[in-house]
Amino acid sequence: MSSNARKGVVVAAAVVLAAVLIGVYVAFLTITPTPYSPTAASAAPAKSVHLTLQTVAAVGSKLSPNPNWVSYLTMENGKWVRTTVWNVPANTLVHVTLYQFDGNSGLRNPFLSQARGLVGGTFTLNGKAMSRIPPDDASHTFAIPAFDVIVPLKGVADDAKNQCGYAPCSLSNAHNTITFTFRTGKKGKYRWQCFVPCAAGFVYGFGGPMQTIGYMDGFINVV
Amino acid sequence: MRRLFGFNLLTAVVLGIVGFYVGWLLGHQIHGKSIDYFGDTGQNDIALFVGYFVGVVGFLVGLGFANYPVMRMLGRPASVREKETGGVGRYFGLCTDHKVVGLQYLVGIGVFIFIGGLNAMLIRFELLTPNEHAWNANNYLTIVGLHGTMMMGMMTSGILGPFANYLLPIMIGARRMAFPRIEALTFWLLMAAGVILMTALGFGGFPTGWTGYEPLANQANWGMDAYIAFFALVGLSMALLGLNMIATVITMRAPGMRWGRLPMFVWGSFTTAMLMVLAAPVLISTLLMVSLDRTAQTGFFNPQIGGSSYLYQNLFWIFGHPEVYVLALPGMGILLEILPVFARKPVWGYRLAVSGMLGITLLSWLVWQHHLFVSGINADLRPFYMLSTELISLPTGFIFVCALGTLWAGRIRLTVPMLFCLAWIFNFLIGGLSGVFLSDVPSDVTTHGSFFSMAHFHYTIMGGLIFTFFAAIYYWVPKMTGYMINETWGKVHFWLMFVAFNSTFGPLLVIGFLGMPRRSVTYAGYLEGANQWVSISAFVLGFSMLIFIANFVYSLVFARVPAGPNPWGSKSIEWQLPSPVPVQDFDRIPTFGPDPYPYGDGVAVPGRPAVAPARPTP
Amino acid sequence: MSSDPGTAARGGHALRIALITVVVTLVALPLVIWVLGPNMPPGKATDVAKAQVFSNTVMLVLMTPITAFILVYLGYVLVVFRVRGDDVSRDGAPIRGNMRLQVIWLVATTAAVLFLAIFGSATLLTSNGSGGGQGPKPLSKPSGVALPVQVIAQQWEFTYRYPTYGGVETPQLVIPVDRQIAFHVTSLDAIHSFWAYQLGVKADANPGVDNVAYVKPKTVRTFSIRCAELCGLWHGYMFDTGKVVTDGVFAKWIAAQQTMFREVTRELPSYAKYYNPDPTNRAG
Repeated sequence: MSSNARKGVVVAAAVVLAAVLIGVYVAFLTITPTPYSPTAASAAPAKSVHLTLQTVAAVGSKLSPNPNWVSYLTMENGKWVRTTVWNVPANTLVHVTLYQFDGNSGLRNPFLSQARGLVGGTFTLNGKAMSRIPPDDASHTFAIPAFDVIVPLKGVADDAKNQCGYAPCSLSNAHNTITFTFRTGKKGKYRWQCFVPCAAGFVYGFGGPMQTIGYMDGFINVV
Repeated sequence: MRRLFGFNLLTAVVLGIVGFYVGWLLGHQIHGKSIDYFGDTGQNDIALFVGYFVGVVGFLVGLGFANYPVMRMLGRPASVREKETGGVGRYFGLCTDHKVVGLQYLVGIGVFIFIGGLNAMLIRFELLTPNEHAWNANNYLTIVGLHGTMMMGMMTSGILGPFANYLLPIMIGARRMAFPRIEALTFWLLMAAGVILMTALGFGGFPTGWTGYEPLANQANWGMDAYIAFFALVGLSMALLGLNMIATVITMRAPGMRWGRLPMFVWGSFTTAMLMVLAAPVLISTLLMVSLDRTAQTGFFNPQIGGSSYLYQNLFWIFGHPEVYVLALPGMGILLEILPVFARKPVWGYRLAVSGMLGITLLSWLVWQHHLFVSGINADLRPFYMLSTELISLPTGFIFVCALGTLWAGRIRLTVPMLFCLAWIFNFLIGGLSGVFLSDVPSDVTTHGSFFSMAHFHYTIMGGLIFTFFAAIYYWVPKMTGYMINETWGKVHFWLMFVAFNSTFGPLLVIGFLGMPRRSVTYAGYLEGANQWVSISAFVLGFSMLIFIANFVYSLVFARVPAGPNPWGSKSIEWQLPSPVPVQDFDRIPTFGPDPYPYGDGVAVPGRPAVAPARPTP
Repeated sequence: MSSDPGTAARGGHALRIALITVVVTLVALPLVIWVLGPNMPPGKATDVAKAQVFSNTVMLVLMTPITAFILVYLGYVLVVFRVRGDDVSRDGAPIRGNMRLQVIWLVATTAAVLFLAIFGSATLLTSNGSGGGQGPKPLSKPSGVALPVQVIAQQWEFTYRYPTYGGVETPQLVIPVDRQIAFHVTSLDAIHSFWAYQLGVKADANPGVDNVAYVKPKTVRTFSIRCAELCGLWHGYMFDTGKVVTDGVFAKWIAAQQTMFREVTRELPSYAKYYNPDPTNRAG
C-alpha cells in the first residue's frame, strides 16, 4: 500500500472511532424513561384515568442500582415498576391511589402541608377526607407546580408493626392509603416533584433521589 | 515492540487505572461517624477522591515522572529517555524538549476542546424548543457543566501550553524553559484532568455548571467530585505553567533581550503567567474546602451550621475574574505579534500596549464582585466595583488603539492569520462594550445571569481568544511542523466561522435582554424563533470547525507542502530558523538588536535579504 | 516620530475617516435615542425598570460614536492600505507611536469611564437600588412606608409571604399597583435568584440572608418570574407568573388567601427575615 493510502486508512479509522464514541455518548445522554400510560377507569362518566402509586423508603437492588434511595413506584399491568413519567390525555380527571410505606421526615416549608389544586379540594387519608396534615408528619408530597397541585403524604408511625424494608412493598406492610384527583389541562410536558427533604444522606435532603428522574421526580406528559 | 514496555503512555494508563482501584479500595476502608451517611446515599465520595488521587499518581509514575527523583535519591544516574531527540515515540510520553511539549499540548487541548464544543452543540440542540425534548433533564445540566468546565479548564492553558512552550524560549533566545520536566508535567496533569472530568458522567454528572456554586455543590451526586478533581488538577497545572514562564522570562533571556525589547507575545504570556500563579492557589484551596464539605460534613459553605454561601462566591470569583484575563491576555499578545507582520509595520505604541497588559493584570484583582452585584452583598460596595470594572476597560482600550495604530499606513496582507486577528478587533469590541453594560449596576439587574452575560463572555473568550488561537495555529504550525496549512480552505473556515459566530452570539445579546436566564432548559415561548436561529447558526459554527479539522489533517498528513523557514516574511527570530525548528533550537545563542519589530526601516535583519523568498502556494 | 514622507498625504485619510464617522454617528444616534431607546428592555412597567431603560439608553448613546469610529476606521484602513499578493520587499511606514494621539485617547476614554461610573452610581442611588437586591442593609431606600413581601425560594418553587397580612404564605405573587413594594428575598436551601423580568427586579436568594429589593409598579399587568441562579435539577422549571393589580383587587385577593390558608398559617414559623431549617434534616 502506498504511503498515502496507509495514512488514509489510519485517518479514516480515527474518524470512525470518533463517530462511534460520539454516538455512544449521545445515546447515553438520551436514555429516557419509557412513559407509562395509565388506562381509563372503566364505567366512568367523564374522561378519566387511574394511577396507582407507592412511595417506599428504600427501593432495593432489584429495581435500582441505588438500593437505599427513596422512590416512587407505579403499578403497571399488575407489577410495581420504577417509572415516574406518565402519558395522560388532556382535559382528563386523573384518579390517584397512593400507598405510602415510608416514615416521616417533615416538611422544610410547613406551608406545603396544605393540599391545593385537587378536585373537591380534599384528599382522603385512610378513608377520611381532609385538606392538610401536620407538617412534621409528612413523608413525601406529590406536587405538580405548573398546575398548582400539591398533596402531602403522611408518614408511617415510627413504632408501626411490619414496616416495609426494601421495595416493592405489599399491602400487608404498614402503610397509609391516600387518594386524590386532579384534572389535566392543555397539552404539554409538566414536571412533578416531591417537596419533603427525604433524600437520606444528602445535604438539605434534596440530593440523590430528590434530583433524579425515576425516583422522587418525574413528568406528566399531557398528550 | 520494546518501546511498549517501559515508561510511556500505555504504562501510564494501565498504572492509572490500577491506581484508581487501589485508591478506591483504600478510600472504602476509611470510616467515621461523620461519614456514616455514605451508606444512605450509596456514594462514597472519599473513595472516589482517593481513587482519583492515586490514579493520577499512578498515571504520572507510569509516564516516568518519578524516575529522576527516585534515581537521584538512590544515588544512581537518571534515565535519559526523557531527553530523546528523535522519533515519534517522544510525543507519547514524558519528553523534556519544549517543542515536543508544545505540540503535545496542541493536540491534547484540541481533542478536549472538540469534546467541549460537541457538548455545546448538544446544548443548542436542546434549546431548539422552549420545552425539554432531547436530553434527560438530569443530563442537560451535566452537558452545560461539561461544556463550560472543559472549555475553561483547557483554554486556560490554550495559548501558553502549545505556543508559549514552543516559541517563548526561542523568542528570548533560550534553548529551553527554566524547568523542562515541570513543563512536561503541566501537560500530563491537564490530560489526566480531562479524562477525570469525562468520568463525571458515569457518576451521575454534576448540576452546578462550571462555577460550582455552594451549597448546591454539597448536595450533588458524586459526579461533583470529578469536577473538583478536574479543577484542582487544572489549577495545579496552571500554577506550575505560569511559574515556569515567569522563571524563564526573568532568568533566561539572551544577550540584548532587554525588558523593553520583549516581543508582544512574550509580554502577553508573561502577564498571563503572573495571573495564573496568583489565582490558581485560591481555586485549589476553595476546592479543598468544598471537598471537605462534601465528605466530612464541615460547614464552610452551609449557613445553618456556621458557614456562608457568600464565602464560596467570593473565593471563586477572586480566582474567576483573573482567570478570564488569563484567557484574554494571550490573545492580545498574539494580536500584537501578528499584526506587525502582515501590516509590515512596528507595533504602534509599544510601551502603551505593555502598560495596557500590565494594567489589566493589576486591575483584574479589583473587580470580582461585579459577579455578585445583585446577590445581596453590602450595597456600599457596588459603586466601587462598578468603578473598578469600568476602569479596566481603559487598559483594554490601550490594546485596541495600539492594534488600530499598527494598521495605519501599513501594507496589509489579508492572510488567514491576519483575518483571524482582525476578527478579534471586531469581536472584542462587541464583547467589551457588552461588558460595559454588565458593569453598570442598574443595567446588570436585568442582564445578570441571563444570556446577555453569556453572550458577553463568549464574545470576549471565543470571539477574542479562540479566534487568535486559530490565528496562532495558521501562523505558527508551519514553523512547528514544517508544513503549510491550505490557505483557501483556511479562508473558508474563517469566513464561515466569523459569520456563524456573530450570527450565534449577536442575537443572544438580545435574547438575554429579553429575559432568558442561563442554564435553563425551558424558556418563554416567544423566544422560540430566535433560539432556533441561534441554534442553527451554532451548528454552522460547529461545521466550520469540522472544516478546520479536515484541512488541518489533510495539509499536515497528506499534502505536506513544505513551508520553508519564513513563509510569512516575518522579521521575528523564530522565522530565521528552519521549519520545523531543529532539536537544539539555535546553533548559537543569538544577540538581539534594539528593535523587536524592525519593520518600515528598509533595514533587513543583518545577513538576510530584505526580500523574503516567495511563499509556497499549497 | 515618523520619518517617512507620506504623513502629509495621509492627512487626507484621517479627515475622510472622521467625516464618515460623523455621518454614521449622525444617522445612528437618532435611531438609538428615539427608536431603540423607548423600546429598550426591560420596559417601563415600574419605576426601577424605567431607570434601567434610561441607563441603558445613555450607555448606548455613549457607545454609538465609539463603535462607529472603530468600525469605520477598521473598514477604511483595510480597504485603503491593503496590498494584494505577497510582496514583502516593501514595508509600511515606520510609525512607532504618536504621543499626542495616545494622550488624547487616554484622556477621552478616562473621561468616558468616569462619567459612566458616576452616572451609574447616581442612577443606583436615585432609583432605590434600580430593582437589584441590596442585601439586608440597603443603601438606597425609598422614603415612606413600603409593603413588605417576602419571596421564599426553595427547591424548586417560589412561595410568597405577606408579613403585614398576618404572615400568610401564598403560592402566587400578587402586588398592588402604585405602591412601594419591598421584596425580602431569602432561600431555604441552595442559592436561587428571584428575577421578575417586567418589574425590573432581580435579587439572589441566599439561605440565611435577607436580600432586599425595592420596586414601585406603575401599570396593571402580569409579569414573568424566573429563577436566575442554577439551583439543581428543576432550575429550568422554576418559573411563575405574577400579577400587578389595583388596590381593590389586591385587598380582595389577600383576604381570600388568608381565609383559604388560615389553618396552615398557624403551622408556619412566625415571620422572620430568614429561616434556618436544619440542613441535616434527612430521612432515616
